[in-house]
Amino acid sequence: MNTQRKTKKTKILIVDDDFDYLLQQKLILEAEGHEVITAENESQAKEIINTQDFDLAIVDLMMEDMDSGFILSYEIKKKHPLTPVIIVTAVKSQTGFSFESITQEEKKWIKADLILAKPVRAEQILKEIQKLQAA
Amino acid sequence: MTVNIDKCRVLVVDDEPEMCKGVQKILRNFDVFVQDASSRVTYEVDTATSKNEFFEAFTSKNYDLILLDYKMPEVSGLELLEYIVAQKKNTLVIMITAYATFETAVESTKLGAYDFLAKPFTPDEIRNAVKKATNHFVLTRRAQEFEEQRKKLRFQFISVLSHELKAPLNAVEGYLDILDNRFNNISPEDFHMMVNRSKIRIEGMRKLIFDLLDLTRIESGEKKRKLENVDIKQMAQFSADLFAEDAAKRNISIELDIERVGEFCVDKSELEIIFNNLISNAIKYNRDNGRVKVKIKSYGNKLRIIVADTGIGISESDKSRLFKEFSRIKNEKTIHILGSGLGLSTINKIAKLYNGNIKVKSKPDVGTAFVVTLFA
Repeated sequence: MNTQRKTKKTKILIVDDDFDYLLQQKLILEAEGHEVITAENESQAKEIINTQDFDLAIVDLMMEDMDSGFILSYEIKKKHPLTPVIIVTAVKSQTGFSFESITQEEKKWIKADLILAKPVRAEQILKEIQKLQAA
Repeated sequence: MTVNIDKCRVLVVDDEPEMCKGVQKILRNFDVFVQDASSRVTYEVDTATSKNEFFEAFTSKNYDLILLDYKMPEVSGLELLEYIVAQKKNTLVIMITAYATFETAVESTKLGAYDFLAKPFTPDEIRNAVKKATNHFVLTRRAQEFEEQRKKLRFQFISVLSHELKAPLNAVEGYLDILDNRFNNISPEDFHMMVNRSKIRIEGMRKLIFDLLDLTRIESGEKKRKLENVDIKQMAQFSADLFAEDAAKRNISIELDIERVGEFCVDKSELEIIFNNLISNAIKYNRDNGRVKVKIKSYGNKLRIIVADTGIGISESDKSRLFKEFSRIKNEKTIHILGSGLGLSTINKIAKLYNGNIKVKSKPDVGTAFVVTLFA
């Protein structure tokens, strides 16, 4: 295992309606020494948000509803203002509907720190974890 | 029936201002009903009495119909006609001339004029010419709108389809990546789990492709329908046998209740799609130890197929989305059930071929019954 990386153990919440994606991220991130909690839908995620603490949340945008990810990131920021939230989505590449959370105006309504296009590989998530920890 | 309102934008080009005003007056309160498009058309008439006025008007607005004087002092009507046709704005042109000869009519038509009107004309003559052109332009407009709509729907369908096809590929690729990069650190349990999940996703993708073929075959009408007398009971039994193993694994019973139904005139492959989809759904969305009941009745030329399960049911709000393409009801209970989201939409299309329909009755956590009615 990669011991050079010296990342401290991070507790990550991953919300996605693709069961296999959750399983894969869990396998990889746990192998890297992180703790992973998963939710397959909005209500499971809300339950976790209200009862547990975590260091990072990665949320799929479109689940039961078109805007599930926005709703959840809003909920997370309300309960855990300092916890970074990443929204992942296939929406950008598929519909051409584009949004970012860079300008102040966008940050006002998209309560996420980063938006990544699907598919997001675990290596990318590990990189983001390092960045967030360095910040 | 809803009546569409179309506006026909007309430009009258004639060097005599009186002529322009006259036409404007005639068309002001005129309207035409186009039966085939159920559209009521009214007219908005602009005028141009010189070459400059014509170009100014023509470049600033899209006209549906232009009434064009054949002979104007500074420019020939035929030159303008050529110019209008070359712009490819789908503008219909009616040539108006005091020098009506067979030759001028032929020449105008050759250059792309839609119609020809000889001066002097009565108000009724001009109304008739405009009415004829209106029918043409409204039907062309409808055909264009229909084509645009069709392209849009096709694009949507393909976008969703590509997403549905990419999802299992991403899943399998994800597992292969893990196996490839982390082979030495994988427990035998995880290894088997990953191989197993990959196989399940591939199976789901194959099912999607089969369902897609069924759907396009029904939709395109490419395949010749072969209506013949079919033993309904035998086909239902065959389909039930096909899924008996899946049902047995979860201890679900399949019961056939088929009364006085002999042969019925249907396309065998279409009926097979109906039975296979409904019975496999009734197993997939059932609870363990549940029941599936297939009830078939016929009354005269009417055949009714009811497939009921004791499964998770469908909420009232989800029912309306059920028969749309790729519409899968996503919730905690269905997340681990594989489906293409095409089966019910295909059955719906088949039922329509028989002037029939598919209906659903359901109660969450009690069960669902699909009722398909076909007319031979």
